[in-house]
Amino acid sequence: MREPPAVIGLEVHARLRTRSKLFCPCSVVDGAPPNTAICPVCLGYPGVLPVPNERAVRLGVRLALAAGARVAEVSRWDRKNYFYPDLPKGYQVTQYREPLARGGAIAGIPLERIHLEEDAGRLVHEGVGEGLVGIDFNRAGTPLAEIVTAPAFREPAAAEAWLRELRVLLRWIEVSDADPETGSLRCDVNVSLDPGGGEDGIRVEIKNLNSFRAVRRALEHEIARQRELLAAGRAVVRETRGWDEKAGRTVPLRGKEGEEDYRYLPEPDLPPLVIDRELLEGESAALPELPAARADRFSREFGVASDRAALLCRERPVADFFEETVRAGAAGPEAATWVLEEMPREEPGRLTPGALAELLGMVRAGDVARPAAREILEELRRVGGDPREVAARRGLARLADRDRLADLARDVLAARPELVAAWRRGKEGVIGPLVGDLLRASGGRADPRIAREVLRNLLGGPGGEGRA
Amino acid sequence: MEPARIDADELRRTADAARITLTDEEVERFRAEFAGILEEFQRLESIPPTGEHQPEASPAALRPDDPVATDPDPLLDRAPRVHGRFVVAPDTLPGEEPGEAPVPAAPPRPETGPRPVSPGPFLDRTAGEIARAVRRGDVRARDVLEEALAALPAGLVLRALLAPDPAAIDAARRRAEEIDHLVRTGRDPGPLAGVPVAVKDNVCTALHPTTCASRVLAGFVAPEPATVVERLEAAGAVILARANMDEFAMGSTGEASAYGPPGNPHDPARVAGGSSGGSAAAVAAGLVPVAIGTETGGSIRQPAALCGVLGLRPPWGRVSRRGLVALASSLDQAGPLARSLGDVALVYRVIAGPDPRDATSLREPLPDLAAPPDRSIAGLRVGMPAGPLEHPDLEPEIRAAVKRAAEELAARGARVESVRFGHAHLAVPAYHLQVAAEAASNLARYDGIRYGNPLPGRTFREAVARTRGAGFGPEVKRRILLGTWALRAGWRRRWLDRARVVRARLAAEAEDVFRRVDLLLGPVTPTRAFPLGSKPGPLAVWLCDAFVLPANLADLPALVLPCPAPPGELPAAIQLVAPRRREDLLFRVGAELEAAGFRAPLPPARAA
Ligand SMILES: [Zn+2]
Repeated sequence: MREPPAVIGLEVHARLRTRSKLFCPCSVVDGAPPNTAICPVCLGYPGVLPVPNERAVRLGVRLALAAGARVAEVSRWDRKNYFYPDLPKGYQVTQYREPLARGGAIAGIPLERIHLEEDAGRLVHEGVGEGLVGIDFNRAGTPLAEIVTAPAFREPAAAEAWLRELRVLLRWIEVSDADPETGSLRCDVNVSLDPGGGEDGIRVEIKNLNSFRAVRRALEHEIARQRELLAAGRAVVRETRGWDEKAGRTVPLRGKEGEEDYRYLPEPDLPPLVIDRELLEGESAALPELPAARADRFSREFGVASDRAALLCRERPVADFFEETVRAGAAGPEAATWVLEEMPREEPGRLTPGALAELLGMVRAGDVARPAAREILEELRRVGGDPREVAARRGLARLADRDRLADLARDVLAARPELVAAWRRGKEGVIGPLVGDLLRASGGRADPRIAREVLRNLLGGPGGEGRA
Repeated sequence: MEPARIDADELRRTADAARITLTDEEVERFRAEFAGILEEFQRLESIPPTGEHQPEASPAALRPDDPVATDPDPLLDRAPRVHGRFVVAPDTLPGEEPGEAPVPAAPPRPETGPRPVSPGPFLDRTAGEIARAVRRGDVRARDVLEEALAALPAGLVLRALLAPDPAAIDAARRRAEEIDHLVRTGRDPGPLAGVPVAVKDNVCTALHPTTCASRVLAGFVAPEPATVVERLEAAGAVILARANMDEFAMGSTGEASAYGPPGNPHDPARVAGGSSGGSAAAVAAGLVPVAIGTETGGSIRQPAALCGVLGLRPPWGRVSRRGLVALASSLDQAGPLARSLGDVALVYRVIAGPDPRDATSLREPLPDLAAPPDRSIAGLRVGMPAGPLEHPDLEPEIRAAVKRAAEELAARGARVESVRFGHAHLAVPAYHLQVAAEAASNLARYDGIRYGNPLPGRTFREAVARTRGAGFGPEVKRRILLGTWALRAGWRRRWLDRARVVRARLAAEAEDVFRRVDLLLGPVTPTRAFPLGSKPGPLAVWLCDAFVLPANLADLPALVLPCPAPPGELPAAIQLVAPRRREDLLFRVGAELEAAGFRAPLPPARAA
């Protein structure tokens, strides 16, 4: 029998890149001591009221626009009621009935909705005493965008790959840091097995997935688990499970069981969220060219191979640096090579696109050799400056002076009498090691082609008597 | 239609979802009571569950993304258990056995026994007169305060006011001296200079505790004052004491207070009303010229009527709700109680107006409350809702009060006619469902973790349920249980949506009625103040609110005025109800009635 295919949907929580929380003016902090960014509002004191953060709303709208989703002119806030130690008010303010946006797609995966909501606090189970839990409310009330995909994935690896694409987009449009390590991107997954015949399978939700790899592994395990159950003639139970990273398996989630009914209630402390034309147009104008479109353009306009163009467009500062380098006069493919290979995972520091373009021009013109260019680049990155000035000051300009090179070549030949002898016996192959020696002796400043010529001149024709 | 009922198991499941432990006796008691209450709710089934009430869409009131740091340590100090900088709670997994459960200490009860109210030179005056005298330097704010402090014990005996701490009294004295200093140095302390004010115990002062007359908040001092309190103080008022109330503003008799019910100054064996009973009783007894109350469904107007003072229910959003402890946010509103219309206006002008820290605050400016120079109401069309006047339990004295008001207005050229609201008979079930649902959510935060008075438990779940079971009184539990039950899937569509439809229809009917008339006149309550403990059950109390609730559900401003009565008689009162956000009409017509004798009687102790 054919194995039933998996149907996977993702619910991603991305922390919005704001300075203050969603409904109160506390700072959004990472790694601060517990309970230092708190106030009566995010602690759920009696009598406090929420006031929405304009930037959080704008970032949500920006994300919706980037995904091509329909932004609701009027969306509404709801309360999701449940009791948990990390939930100060006994409810979470979210958008349940009328979300900020519906539809759209990211990296080819259709979205069901995007809505805004507040985060809960953070629980610590160790070190606060037996049977007790410590609560840090610094995270309580920080703004999240929840992105719900259609159940459009069939393969765990596809879900993982999509999350990486999502991360690129979120960082690109400066909506979220989208870093699973710090919890600014978190993912819950829904997975069922398609029983065929147009029916829906039993959905299992997996929570607490804190890396992209964990998403894939949890899905792989869960799909296998469900297939085994069905193969054994047993039923899959609709439930929420967690991912046990150490054991490498999904486990029934403790604590919140029996809380399926969240008793949603319209949030009476907040008027509807009205997205007016001004806000919409403002965010629309602020939306940068998106990664896929930009990579496309890099290929078309600058002649960069499409896989390299895509790599350039994973982080906006890299793409910007590349494009400015080209605009400063560098050739597209060369600039791409240098930005991707010579500056891997390093900040440009004091290097400017203009300086890089200049340096690439020097390489192309044969004014500096590649190894020397790398050294110049390093200095430009550290202290900045003009590449020609750096090359001159550090003596890294290309050794094009044949006489000077011939002096060095004589030293090389003197040090290698056995190779010279071999040459004279007609072994042409020894020219290679000799060129290598000469390049080394020149400190990488010699052009390999010229070095070879100079050596040949000194040695004479193979098998003959040289001038050395 | 199959009757709705909640059996004991369903009740226990609901209590579990609401995290409230119930004793077997409580389960039995609520089960029996809910039979009648659900029958009342079931009357909503006469209308369709469609056309849900939606708040008006207005451009979002948003806050710029500017961080503001709050000192976290005073907040951590309020947490009952901390470890290092972590707030600590029982884990969600079973842990240690619970210790012996100490029931949280009951708030102190005032000593009882008669105490005379010492009549003084200041407290018989209006707030306006006091402020004028203080601003001129004729009277010292400190002397006014001392007189109010001397009269305070009578307020404690009446249980109208709650005893201020010595530190709060010192702070009030310093505040009064500051005001006197301002006057001496030629500066103006504001329109309420030196006026002692009582604020209901659900309005945060940050000086006195704010307990909502509940054990669950015993000893809780809010870190910040309510916007209302900030504005009163900025206008020169001196916060004297907290006013007693029904627990979390749930009640109409004061009997739901953990401090015991306030007595009616006109007969201490009778109710002062509720939930702002303490505010109304304090003003009626002459302990303060003005007090702040809050109203969700008649909680300012009903006690004002029963105690014989004036009370204003402003339009929703006109007075900031920031710092008001929420009962049902979509209905809650603060307002003044006073013995003169001038004082109502004086306080209202101070506390009303937009507040950027309340996203639901109305941004339009307050209408001009001053009567036009000619003060004429000739041609004014006054509607009298027929339903209340046909009510079988309407007391003759109340009917007479409404009739007299109608005659006075007619004598000044107004045309009085009868009007009818088709959905007013559904106001009680619609109101109580809406309130129960919002209250269940609003009161979920009282879990004893970040503040409050926790009981131990093996798990978070158990500790929270025991804390709430011990901390909430019966009326609060009743409403949280009903709200939790109504919000559960299935039941929600059936009744809560219908409650919202009733709200929307009442608002539409009001709009329609106000095309034909300018103002409504009617009774506030079916009867005058009734004896404490005389109502047979919660439903009997709820039904007494039938005349006040339509204005809350349709969001109409309303003003209560006492009717002239011979000394020694219990007060009877009328209410004026104006179109949406037209409270200026209340002041204009109220001034005519006040001139005709519709004013607060002298405080009983002074009248004797
Ligand atoms: Zn905060």
